[in-house]
Amino acid sequence: MTFQGWILILGFVGILLMLAKPMGLWLFALYEGRRTPLHMVFGPIESGFYKLAGIDPNAEQGWRRYAVHMLIFNAALLLFTYAVLRLQGVLPLNPLGYAGLSEHLSFNTAVSFTTNTNWQSYGGESTMSNLSQMLGLTIHNFLSAATGIALAFALFRGFAGRETKGIGNFWADLTRITLYLLLPACFLYALFLIASGVPQTLAGSVDVTTLEGARQTLALGPVASQEAIKMLGTNGGGFFNTNSAHPFENPSALTNFVQMLSIFLIGVGLTYTFGKAVGNVRQGWAILAAMTFLFLLGTAVTYWQEAAGNPVLHQLGIAGGNMEGKEVRFGIAASALFSVVTTAASCGAVNAMHDSFTALGGMIPLLNIQLGEVVVGGVGAGIYGFLLFAILAVFVAGLMVGRTPEYVGKKIEGREVKLAVLAIAVLPLMILGFSALASVLPAGLAGPLNKGPHGFSEILYAFTSAVGNNGSAFAGLTANTPFYNGMLGVAMWVGRFCVIVPMLAIAGGLAAKKYTPETAGSFPTTGPLWTGLLIGLILIVGGLTFLPSLALGPIADHVAMINGQLF
Amino acid sequence: MNKDILTSLRPALVMTILFAILLGLAYPLALTGIGQLVFPSQANGSLIQQDGRFVGSALIGQGFSSDRYFSSRPSAAGGGYDGLASSGSNLGPTSQALIARVKADRDALTRANPGRPIPVDLVTASGSGLDPDISPDAAYYQVDRIARVRSMDVGRVKSLVDQTIERPLFGILGEPRVNVLEINRRLDRIGASKTE
Repeated sequence: MTFQGWILILGFVGILLMLAKPMGLWLFALYEGRRTPLHMVFGPIESGFYKLAGIDPNAEQGWRRYAVHMLIFNAALLLFTYAVLRLQGVLPLNPLGYAGLSEHLSFNTAVSFTTNTNWQSYGGESTMSNLSQMLGLTIHNFLSAATGIALAFALFRGFAGRETKGIGNFWADLTRITLYLLLPACFLYALFLIASGVPQTLAGSVDVTTLEGARQTLALGPVASQEAIKMLGTNGGGFFNTNSAHPFENPSALTNFVQMLSIFLIGVGLTYTFGKAVGNVRQGWAILAAMTFLFLLGTAVTYWQEAAGNPVLHQLGIAGGNMEGKEVRFGIAASALFSVVTTAASCGAVNAMHDSFTALGGMIPLLNIQLGEVVVGGVGAGIYGFLLFAILAVFVAGLMVGRTPEYVGKKIEGREVKLAVLAIAVLPLMILGFSALASVLPAGLAGPLNKGPHGFSEILYAFTSAVGNNGSAFAGLTANTPFYNGMLGVAMWVGRFCVIVPMLAIAGGLAAKKYTPETAGSFPTTGPLWTGLLIGLILIVGGLTFLPSLALGPIADHVAMINGQLF
Repeated sequence: MNKDILTSLRPALVMTILFAILLGLAYPLALTGIGQLVFPSQANGSLIQQDGRFVGSALIGQGFSSDRYFSSRPSAAGGGYDGLASSGSNLGPTSQALIARVKADRDALTRANPGRPIPVDLVTASGSGLDPDISPDAAYYQVDRIARVRSMDVGRVKSLVDQTIERPLFGILGEPRVNVLEINRRLDRIGASKTE
């Protein structure tokens, strides 16, 4: 570890915290449906969309209708992308002449991008036409992100509502978030990326003759337009196989820094928006404090382990940190930081290969996803996931001190706690169940590249990433098979929507409740005690559930590594 | 519930089409137009032209097998630096295959550049398999060999490395590094001016 490395990490956190409030205020304007300066440009598009689709943006929807409209829209998008991918071979803008994708790969990819997972069973530059990248995938990067933020807004309205039925209008939320935040921000962001060297062209590739006279074909395409929303929307699905490690996706240390910031930007902003929505910004800061603590803890472990390097290589006379799978322009600090950012959020973009991290260095990204990606988290998904933990935390606190649990002015009762547990239990059930299955079936065991405990880590990471809608991978796993494409597709769908529906049910129930003003008897949910309780609950629920599986994978791998045992 | 589904069909279909046009076509195509106009070099891959032909991209690494050139890092992209198949090795820390590869590379490097400790980036494959850079240490490590093979003064090659090192932005962002294609082109230029 170097001084410069820590300056980078702490500087990153500092800048991020400064951006939380301005971002949160912008989001709050969208939450309230207020007019923004951007309405001058995009206002006509918004009203045009409503008119053509027959939408009344002011019609309040109850949680059931909100959920159904959201689900049907996502199903329509899923079918749309499935069709684009299957028909790729006959559609235009296919300069390298790639054929349509197989049924199982199209299914997996369509689910993957609809659920904001962006797990990639394919290598972008060797599979996808430019049209598929733009029309099949980029639109999901926008709309799955907008869906996530819309759902967070719906839950905020549940907490903020006073004996109402409605939790907002899905279509209005979706359209406003897309037009007044994601689209304009990505436009500027993409221009910055192009200026920095990220290609943006309809050509498929270009041939060069290297200094030694060999021919090298470089894949090109409309990369920057997808890269911008890939980061800002915490999608993570890269244009190229190696994602943000590829110099055309992430050419410099500056683009790398901006990419890391943009992964977290909306997520941290939403904590502030939540505080504003419930009328006490300290509620938002308390959440952000817990997130920041967990984030720094994870970063410290991964950076320490990666900087310490692989003892097996040291014995061969090669000193230094672990550079396998890392790029020189980023180095160890920025690679470790990126890996924690991308898994703390549900982004899943990578600028280094997690599979080649040291055993414990790679365990932190895995654990981050297993904790439910609530450390900042995906756009929308992070904060609503975190609020589910907050509901559990006030319940536990209530049990300990014998008080009726309340959170931001709403009584937390049996229904809320049951639904929150249901949403939280989906994660371990699916991850551990599917991993266990894949670890015994021949079709599952055919997947891992690495042998020994690291091979199990590859399987565990895949299902963790899928259920958590992260999308990063221990990429040695051969996942483009009917077995993995199918299983992971199901895991992604369940992991997304079986959390969302109970969460919306909670939102609907909370909105209908009356406001309970804070009294001397209320448990305070703003101070350090509360932040500590949240951290403890997240670590205990996540840690205890997954510790046995981690012992079989990364921890066993670590013990082997320090003893020089190879597989 | 049934009524909710019925009322959702029209907005779901129409919005899918409208957003597909806006986000899937208008947005990337507008950016392509602007990018091609304003940043034509970057938008097309930052290609380097030399003697009327493209010799590579400033951002993408290439393999160098000759002793006369600074070597790049090991690459797992296709057969090595395949611009259509970016990939890391994905080998874990306890992988026999990883250790065998590192050993073989170490022995080959030691034969060609005896008597110095090997910088870690020269025996580890990058994440993309297309890493354009090596560390300054990895460049200095190869100086003696380059000087010997090219019959150049060691100090001259060393100062060439000094001049090619890119420093971190603001002293914080990024690592000091040497672009391998760039330094090898400079080597060739020195060689060319000598023979003239």
